Amino acid sequence: MRFLPLALAQAALLSLIACAQQPAQDASLYQDLGEQPGITRIVEGMLLNIAGDRRVVRHFEDIDIVRLRDKLVEQICVEAGGPCIYTGDSMEESHKGQQLTPSDFNALVENLQDAMDQQGIAVTAQNRLLARLAPMREQVIDR
Amino acid sequence: MRYPQLIAVALFSLLAGLASAGQGRLLATGGASSLEGAAGGGITPWAVLAGYGERGEWGADVFATRVETADYRLDVAGLAASFDNRVEFSYARQRFDLGNLARNLSLPENSLSQDVFGVKVRLFGDLIYDQLPQVSLGIQHKRQKDFLIPSLVGAKRSEDTEGYLSASRLILGGAFGYNLLLNGGVRYSRANELGLLGFGGDRRDTRSVLKEGSVAVLFDRDWVVGVEYREKPDNLSFAGESDWADLFVGYFPNKHLAVVLAYARLGEIATLDKQNGAYLSVQGSF
Repeated sequence: MRFLPLALAQAALLSLIACAQQPAQDASLYQDLGEQPGITRIVEGMLLNIAGDRRVVRHFEDIDIVRLRDKLVEQICVEAGGPCIYTGDSMEESHKGQQLTPSDFNALVENLQDAMDQQGIAVTAQNRLLARLAPMREQVIDR
Repeated sequence: MRYPQLIAVALFSLLAGLASAGQGRLLATGGASSLEGAAGGGITPWAVLAGYGERGEWGADVFATRVETADYRLDVAGLAASFDNRVEFSYARQRFDLGNLARNLSLPENSLSQDVFGVKVRLFGDLIYDQLPQVSLGIQHKRQKDFLIPSLVGAKRSEDTEGYLSASRLILGGAFGYNLLLNGGVRYSRANELGLLGFGGDRRDTRSVLKEGSVAVLFDRDWVVGVEYREKPDNLSFAGESDWADLFVGYFPNKHLAVVLAYARLGEIATLDKQNGAYLSVQGSF
């Protein structure tokens, strides 16, 4: 069995390469968010919360809300490791001219958190999604 | 009008004029109020600024804290205001009740009081979002009000200024999926027991570099559990001065209220050892 160590090393190397080619994470977060139907409920809940939020609702007045919902669902699905493709504009492009402030961004985070609470999403799953979205702040604010 | 009163009046006017106070930061990210008035944990400041103001917004809080140990009691009340998530001004009045020590030794006074004026500036970074952790530089000017006892046990001065550098980072999902708050800092100080026993002493009269830090886990948006540690100098020969530590639970039901309950281990204070006990702090934010 003198080839065993070599075979093991080869297998390890192959799995490493496979990992590197995969998205940043497995699909467990996608499952924890309730997959496509769950993510859709979260996004719709978030948009309803925004509709009642005086701090940020003005930024959503003249947009196609159905398209926004679909793109947000795609985006969260992708970030959660789900089998989706994001077909929307870049974050910089889609927020151009909005002049969103850090406070606006946090208000959106709170609306998302509230929506996830309403859907009974576990705190740990909420945090994992927020950790995926937080780095986008720089592409969203001050555009 | 004397300087402290002037600052207190200015801060109160500031609070009164907080019509534009913002709530732009996320819950609990303004921290609680430390014993010296700066936003932070209980026994250490954090790099975060008081209240919930983000860019272009005001934030402020008022607080009251009581620490009850085997032989002593410390009462603190104060307020802090921040602007632009950039600069924080704070004031705290501490009253240290000597309790058993005063009775046992027939001391001339039964309490020691101190004013602490603080300024903290966020240098760079962000608690949550930036590439870099939030790093703040603070200065505290302390005035001991009852200097007779401190002078008798060897303290060299009744007022002093000290500085601290603090870094804070909230790692989303950093503790098995729960949010993890890490905080570390260094202080350059010669304050004896925060300054309640004066500054500098017969054993050492120069400032020391003192480490402080805390680790906390947020179990949800409202509840946080953590530990804190603060190194202290040892300038007076009449008694040892222990490093401080505590285990705390913080409750942030909304952006206007915070309650912190802790078990504090304060060790030896002015010859009396094993000063462990309860810490309770209530904070209102605007």
